[in-house]
Amino acid sequence: MRLAYPFSAIVGQEDMKLALLIAATDPGIGGVMVFGDRGTGKSTAVRALAALLPLMSATKGCAYHCDPKADAGRCPDGSATHAKRGPTSEEQLPTPVVDLPLGATEDRVVGALDLEYALTKGEKRFEPGLLARAHRGFLYIDEVNLLEDHIVDLLLDVAASGENVVEREGLSVRHPARFVLIGSGNPEEGELRPQLLDRFGLSVEVKTPTALADRVDVVRRRDAFDRDPEAFTAAWMDADAAVRERILGAREALDAMVVPDDVLEAGSRLCMAIGADGLRGELTIMRAARAVAALSGASAVTEQHIRQIAPMALRHRLRRNPLDQAGSGVRIERAMAELFDA
Amino acid sequence: MSEAVSAVWADAALAAALFAIDPVGLGGVALRSGPGPVRDRWLAMSRGLLAPGAPVRRIPLNIEDDRLIGGLELTASLAAGRPVAQRGVLAESDGGVVILAMAERMEPCAAARITGVMDHGEIAIERDGLAVRLPCRIGVIALDEGLEAEERPPSPLLERLAFHLDLGRLGSRPPPDVDHATADVAQARARLPGVAPASDSTIEALCAMAARLGVGSARAALMTLRAARAHAALHGRIEMTSEDAAAATRLVLAPRALNAAPEQSEAPGAEEPSPPAEAEAESGQNSAEPNDAAADAEAASEVDMMVAAIEATLPDDLLARVDLSVPARGAAKGRGAGASAKSAHRGRPLASRAGPLRSGARLNLVDTLRAAAPWQTLRRKGAAASHIQVRREDFRIRRFVQRMEATTIFVVDASGSTALQRLAEAKGAVELLLAKAYVARARVALIAFRGAEAELLLPPTRSLARAKARLAELPGGGGTPLAAGVEAGLLLALAEKSKDHTPLLVFLTDGRANIGLGGAPGRAVAESDALAASRRVLESGVASLFVDTSPRAQPGGDRFALAMGGAYAPLPYLDGAAVAGLVGELQAATR
Repeated sequence: MRLAYPFSAIVGQEDMKLALLIAATDPGIGGVMVFGDRGTGKSTAVRALAALLPLMSATKGCAYHCDPKADAGRCPDGSATHAKRGPTSEEQLPTPVVDLPLGATEDRVVGALDLEYALTKGEKRFEPGLLARAHRGFLYIDEVNLLEDHIVDLLLDVAASGENVVEREGLSVRHPARFVLIGSGNPEEGELRPQLLDRFGLSVEVKTPTALADRVDVVRRRDAFDRDPEAFTAAWMDADAAVRERILGAREALDAMVVPDDVLEAGSRLCMAIGADGLRGELTIMRAARAVAALSGASAVTEQHIRQIAPMALRHRLRRNPLDQAGSGVRIERAMAELFDA
Repeated sequence: MSEAVSAVWADAALAAALFAIDPVGLGGVALRSGPGPVRDRWLAMSRGLLAPGAPVRRIPLNIEDDRLIGGLELTASLAAGRPVAQRGVLAESDGGVVILAMAERMEPCAAARITGVMDHGEIAIERDGLAVRLPCRIGVIALDEGLEAEERPPSPLLERLAFHLDLGRLGSRPPPDVDHATADVAQARARLPGVAPASDSTIEALCAMAARLGVGSARAALMTLRAARAHAALHGRIEMTSEDAAAATRLVLAPRALNAAPEQSEAPGAEEPSPPAEAEAESGQNSAEPNDAAADAEAASEVDMMVAAIEATLPDDLLARVDLSVPARGAAKGRGAGASAKSAHRGRPLASRAGPLRSGARLNLVDTLRAAAPWQTLRRKGAAASHIQVRREDFRIRRFVQRMEATTIFVVDASGSTALQRLAEAKGAVELLLAKAYVARARVALIAFRGAEAELLLPPTRSLARAKARLAELPGGGGTPLAAGVEAGLLLALAEKSKDHTPLLVFLTDGRANIGLGGAPGRAVAESDALAASRRVLESGVASLFVDTSPRAQPGGDRFALAMGGAYAPLPYLDGAAVAGLVGELQAATR
């Protein structure tokens, strides 16, 4: 297993890092879509996040590493294995970050009849797929716009329902599959359907850093990492640990986070002002603002938090106005300036 | 042989040597050249320099996933009675080099599989019931036989290849012997890990060079650094010098700066990319720390000296050409991305279904085995055979949904008779349609006719951003060569039809043709040519919509629509929503 590049060593790309931290704090945010130029470290950031995430407790031996509390009774492994071991046997596992490679076939994504078992033993057994492996973690798709449509449809359905229902080859299995979908893509290589975009909670755009000093830092750190990954990761270990603590702290603070009515209203007003469709935008703003407040150690959500996350929560939900050359980000900034600065 | 030509070959040989020293770190080589002795010569040389025993595999253009990535090996699985994984070409090439044939025609999906492997150094197989990870550290040589500027390998792939060589200038005669000795390269390979880390000033100089040349990607700068390191190793140095940096800049950055720089970002937002000069000024502020200003100044001058040294070795006109080519690069880039959209549509596989093997039916092997699997114990009872017993009822047949994709071809009148105001309205309507088309995942093409001819502004694409950009650039004025417009539209429609798309021609014009097919002025010629072209549309059976944009509907305005056998819509107040509605109805009807 190759060492991952440390999360805290990523130069710039604050939007992307914040979005990933929000998703790590509140997996219910509904996924992150990262748009960007090539060579801006999209994949690096996701892999870095994987290395940094805190351990989670899971039912021991469960094929779906299910949550001992939340998944009780819903896991297909449940009746057979969980009960036998009793509620006390738990284990600490790393949060899964699963790559969905292009070219994956449907049977591996949703799971299918275990061929080897069936061939040798003549018994039907379900072999969990990538969705099961990603349960309670992250599912990462690089170049999501190149993924075949039928796989994308399937993923979206499962991501929305939190449950994978398999009806194939005489098998009938359902298992929990709650994961944060992280997609990356380059809009130049084919655009995403709006239905798909809307399913992502947050969307960020990454750009190549323009300041020379930043670019020098990117190259210098990457070069140092390539030459000696162990030493480089060790040097950044403390910084990464601090980020991990921040995520853990934020998760605890999340439940008690207060959202004052006027802040809630500000979020709604913003959505109306820019004409974001549907309620999803407002819900995402609220969730993301809570998470970002928790990450920054605040005790209540303020208007400032809303301003911080509104572009990433709304950018991909605006109706395209073909005659408006300004990008969505600019439109949101404009609307916020009008609403909040007045 | 001229000096310039031998310099090209010397650089090509140097690139081959550097690539052989660090194939994984440098990613690979894009070799733009037609097939022939020169290319063969370079490939032979390159092969000879690689580490002994390193596999070299050639990957054909249309390789299927099960051979590229790997999958279930049928014969072995049947013989063994359990699933046996088959390694794909990529996994088989671990530690070596793959050669991609006709990379300029490669689908972005196939390229994405290869770039994924290059990024991670391993290949993840999640197919046919297998979940395997295999090490896969490869270098890539992409053979690019493109002739046109836009015929290039997919840009994500190019981005990861350090060297972009163009051997087209060498003609067809094999060049003189300037190869690097295999022994030197082998020594350099051993020496590479010992090369000292680059000094800060070297890294700064390389990044500054990249900025000067308008190369935005951080990956390119990193690759330059690696090339410089390999160059140092090749010359027996353990410290990088400005000579190494200069050679790396020439080989890695310079071709990127000239070759339509695909890594240059085209910000979809409104903010202007800050010019390099400004970025440099900014960085100057950032790096200046108050307490060791003197040391900084020294470092800065070191960087300047190195930049100057690098610049001195670049071709004189390179920097000047880069400065001039900025707008042109944007356009070229737009075209490059267009070819990519076509990959997204392949027949959507449905769940396989039990059925007999008739001719033409394709057996879905894995599903068939899955169907047979549970019965094996039962079927073997009484029989000694250990083979898998597959019976007729196990057969699973592949099914695909053939989705006929729609391509809407807009043929827009940009002539003087369509006043500028009308042209703006037409643009608005087309943009609205584009937005709709992209929701429906249909493709859109744009042809404009003005002056003496029709021009394909936008080949069929699904990218809204590109279409918008091309539309905004559309100039107006000149004559009305309607016949040429109809002709061009029909040609494109037939090309689309041959690719199994359903074309729909939408004409936006006032129908006042005044230029004939050959560019001859005169209303009478123009009229009869346009009518003749319209009749050819009818013969071809391509559906069409003729939107009459004249301010007042005239009698006989529908004559072209009648000749084409298409729909006619007089829309004096060109209303995007109305046109969009009509197009939608027609598309539904032609399906």
